[in-house]
Amino acid sequence: MFNITKFIVSDLIKNWILVLYSVFLLLATLGFFLLEGQGDKAILGVLNLTLLLVPMITVIFSTIYYYNMYEFMVLLLAQPLKRSRILASIFLGLGIAFGLAVGLGLGLPLWILHPTPVALMLVGVALLLTVIFIGLALLVAVWVRDKARGMGFALFLWVYFVLIFDGLVLLMMYNFSDYPIGKVVLFITFLNPVDLGRIMVLMQTEAAALMGYSGAIFRQFFSEWWGLIASLLIMLVWALVPAAISFRMFRVKDL
Amino acid sequence: MKPGFFLLWLMAFFLVLTHELEAGTFHVKKGSSLDTIQEAVALASAGDTIFIYEGTYLENQLVISIPLTLIGVNKPVIDSQGGDEIFIIRADQVLIQGLTLQNIGISHLKDRAAIRIVEAKNVTIDKNILINTFFGIYLQNSSQCRVQNNTIRGEAYDEVNAGNAIHIWKGSQMEVINNHLSHHRDGIYFEFVDQSLIHSNISQDNMRYGLHFMFSNYDTYEENTFQRNGAGVAVMFSKHIKMVKNTFEENWGGSSYGILLKEISDGLMAQNTFIRNTIGVYAEGASRIKIEKNDFINNGKAMDIKGNCIDNEILANNFIGNTFEVLTNSRSNLNHFEGNYWAQYKGYDLDKDGIGDFPHRPVNLFALITDKIPAANMLLHSFLVNALDMAERMFPEIIPEHLSDERPRIKPLAND
Repeated sequence: MFNITKFIVSDLIKNWILVLYSVFLLLATLGFFLLEGQGDKAILGVLNLTLLLVPMITVIFSTIYYYNMYEFMVLLLAQPLKRSRILASIFLGLGIAFGLAVGLGLGLPLWILHPTPVALMLVGVALLLTVIFIGLALLVAVWVRDKARGMGFALFLWVYFVLIFDGLVLLMMYNFSDYPIGKVVLFITFLNPVDLGRIMVLMQTEAAALMGYSGAIFRQFFSEWWGLIASLLIMLVWALVPAAISFRMFRVKDL
Repeated sequence: MKPGFFLLWLMAFFLVLTHELEAGTFHVKKGSSLDTIQEAVALASAGDTIFIYEGTYLENQLVISIPLTLIGVNKPVIDSQGGDEIFIIRADQVLIQGLTLQNIGISHLKDRAAIRIVEAKNVTIDKNILINTFFGIYLQNSSQCRVQNNTIRGEAYDEVNAGNAIHIWKGSQMEVINNHLSHHRDGIYFEFVDQSLIHSNISQDNMRYGLHFMFSNYDTYEENTFQRNGAGVAVMFSKHIKMVKNTFEENWGGSSYGILLKEISDGLMAQNTFIRNTIGVYAEGASRIKIEKNDFINNGKAMDIKGNCIDNEILANNFIGNTFEVLTNSRSNLNHFEGNYWAQYKGYDLDKDGIGDFPHRPVNLFALITDKIPAANMLLHSFLVNALDMAERMFPEIIPEHLSDERPRIKPLAND
């Protein structure tokens, strides 16, 4: 299993898209800090970029990668190897490669320029989102055999989590604004890892007080240590459940 | 007039004068024959001076009804032991200096204070330290009094059981200068106080307001610092107030603001600094106030200016690093914004005159949404919201179209 992972990682880190992704993150982070000057504002810029870019690149790239590796996998399946191990090594390989890219493109400049808890949280969230969207990409790719449709699905997932979900939430809030929805909103955030990640980072910044301005429950939850641990656990669930489902599907799938 | 008669007059005059000069002094000292302040006050006649030497005096309810000077030498302590008020001053020309007063008990029937000044004039309270006094200094129906250089520190744990550090009810020409006020309900409380000056005070960590100001006209407060107070500073129902060079900072919290302007008119607010407040300026029913050359830095909402505010002029301020710059609850705008620097301004300046080439609309769509639906805060800084906001600023549909700065500055102003 680890041999395959090693092979995949060494294959991926030579991939120019991944290198470009890392370099872009690096330059963008540096750029934000040079242009904004104020630490917290730059962090907000980086946060916005991260939440948009990391899921997109991860989900698209991983889906394509799975389809491209399809024949290689069929070849591997002819060997006495467990199916779940093969998919697990792809998952792990993608995770390590993208993790390195994020660590280099985001972690390194933040560590040098702005070594604060906010930055740490931001990098943590970026890594978690990476794993989550690799899982989602594998789920889509295993489920949909057709490459074009699979790509479409993957893209839709990205748009859904970044844009549509928030729109629906806003719509819901408008319609139910007369009801005490504070607590419901808290649970709704759990349904979207991108929102959850954003709030986890924002809670470490000055914006926290603004959030507490209204949703007392909200603030209480995210500013307490157990709330933080709970949200981390939920992020982990998001990372593992889609991947686990894809493993199960892969095991019984007629390839 | 005969010369003899004149001489008699002269002698009488000098007699009075020498009497004045030889005003008695009393020395209250532990271990001496005169070891309580109570006794000294009883013995003293008008214009006398009482020196109080170091030591702890367990006394209270010292009523001063003649002009006296009380001076503490080496910080003597007067401890009420959780009992009643210490000084009750009912005379003019009293000076109290250099004392440490402590431990007034909480009462729900009476506003007990360490020093109460009742219907007096020209009273000076100078360089005292007040610790754990329910109310600190309480001036009622007095005028031309000076409260200066005092340190007043409470031990309030909730609003119901707390008093104000300096409480002035009805008065005029008061001066509150260079005091340090903390951990009370309100730092400074003004009600029906006119033509007074509040200068260089530091008011911090109070339960409610750093400065609480009502029905008081023609007052000036300048160069004060209000920090980490429960709700910031409130200026209400007053006219012609000058607020200059104050600092309002770190009033973070649910319903906290740097300054609340409620039903006030014809004031000036200039060169103040607002740093890290949930809301910098919260204006409700404020009119004809000139707000200029202030710095709004890193606030949640720099200004929340309600629809019932009319004819205010917001000129030449700096808005830097605020999450939201201006918030309002009305579609119309009856105030004038001009020549401010807005960090969120996205325009350019092609003719290089330092003024942006198109107007800036400081109201953020999302600020309006969260104002109506607080739960929407969860979408703060999300991609969707940023995109909506951008579109709204270009084609205003929900945000007040006329609330705009026609001449936004490109560079921040140096306001000091």
